[in-house]
Amino acid sequence: MHPTDTNGLPTPPKIAVIDLWKSFGGKQVLKGVNLTIWPGESLVIVGGSGAGKSVLLKHLIGLIHPDSGHIIVDGEDLACAEPERCLAIRRKFGMSFQEGALFDSMTVFDNIAFPLRRHTPMSEAEIAQRVRECLALVHLSGVEHKMPAQLSGGMRRRVGFARAIALKPEILLFDEPNTGLDPITAAAIDRVIIEMRDKMPVTMVTITHDMTSAFRIADRLAMLRDGKIVAVAPPEEFRQLPDPYVQGFLAGQPVEEEVA
Amino acid sequence: MKLMARLFEFWGRRWLAVFEEVGRFFYVLHSTLLWTFRRPFDGKEWVRQMVRVGVESVPVVGLTALFTGMVLALQTYRGFARFHAEAFVASVVSLSLTRELAQVLAALMIAGRIGSSYAAELGTMRVTEQIDALYAMAVEPIHYLVVPRVAAATLMLPFLVAFADGIGVLGGYSVAVGLLGANPVVYWEKTFQFLDLNDVFSGLIKAGVFGLILSVTGCSKGFFTTGGAEGVGRSTTAAVVMASLIILLSDFFLTKILF
Repeated sequence: MHPTDTNGLPTPPKIAVIDLWKSFGGKQVLKGVNLTIWPGESLVIVGGSGAGKSVLLKHLIGLIHPDSGHIIVDGEDLACAEPERCLAIRRKFGMSFQEGALFDSMTVFDNIAFPLRRHTPMSEAEIAQRVRECLALVHLSGVEHKMPAQLSGGMRRRVGFARAIALKPEILLFDEPNTGLDPITAAAIDRVIIEMRDKMPVTMVTITHDMTSAFRIADRLAMLRDGKIVAVAPPEEFRQLPDPYVQGFLAGQPVEEEVA
Repeated sequence: MKLMARLFEFWGRRWLAVFEEVGRFFYVLHSTLLWTFRRPFDGKEWVRQMVRVGVESVPVVGLTALFTGMVLALQTYRGFARFHAEAFVASVVSLSLTRELAQVLAALMIAGRIGSSYAAELGTMRVTEQIDALYAMAVEPIHYLVVPRVAAATLMLPFLVAFADGIGVLGGYSVAVGLLGANPVVYWEKTFQFLDLNDVFSGLIKAGVFGLILSVTGCSKGFFTTGGAEGVGRSTTAAVVMASLIILLSDFFLTKILF
């Protein structure tokens, strides 16, 4: 399955993960991950707790360096890039963290304005305009002057989204956007993600273990198990996969060998 | 045999931890120096941190210096009186304060006040992924967080120590003249008689080095925090203990070089 552009030529992948290995303190977490992410798609990586999803996601943006293997973003290897080049590649990304990771010493406004002030020559008026736009996209308004500690978990996460999209990134990464939220808030978060996907020309990578949400937001699903990608498929095909682990995951039932 | 292996393993781990700690310290020091001279220059943050280290530490450092000067005068007066050398109390007070006590005590107080808060702040930011978020926004955390903090401590400590020198001397004066009946004119004269400008300046240089040590220790402890809230607590304690120890050890060697 290789997407093509309007002239029928093959599109280069947005991100290519090639034979990625990583261990922590003697424990092998990633064991040769291979994954291709195409421009404009929404890929969801699912997998059990401790499967290495977060580690994989953090590799994509260079927060963790691989023991071996390559991450190629738009044809550039993240590992070989000079520090300056590495920062430039990172600017293509926006990342939303599990608990939001908002700067707790700043207001919501300053949190979202932070990357703009840091990386753009925009005036304060333009920044204020952009902050309002970003907050509107995540259906929040009137919270600009609150501190992160005054917000609920779901709101904090949405502010995190707003901060991630402030610089209009080409790639958005979501680290467990739904974990620990009630079903209604989780659905609202999913809706925000789907709207962002539809309104912006952006490539999205989400990791989650919430299958309902995964099926809602994914163009393709990838299953990470035991440090490897064991299946990649569009949602409908994914449901039909014969792999007992995938079926167990979908049904929310223990798989025999896992229980042992 | 098994016991031997366990023993080697135990000490091996200890040594590894020491090397790791030293490596982290110099990694933070090195990258801080590299990033200090890169744009964008965050003037507002520098000033904010300098106010925190400098202005807000004035009461603590002032009180410490005042009572150190007072007790120094009291003790040396009692001792020197035994061989009728009371006149030199003033010289002892001014020399020991400017050359040694003011900067060491100030640095230890600031290590407790500022080094610990650096470790706690950066540690909390680490465990709540705020440092990762900075990386993800293509902002180097060393540049944004560590540089202003280290610069503030390194630049402000000499000022604090200069202030402590003055307050300490005044403390000694007030006890000697007010309490012990020393002649104010003679006391004042003796204070400066043996005091070289070099004494004061080398003291201030030491103060700057101590500022660098305590801030880099605090920041590196915080920066490499793992293990949630408990980890932040451990980092904070370790930052103060380590900074205090390094300050006391390096004090000896610096004194040997500078004086």
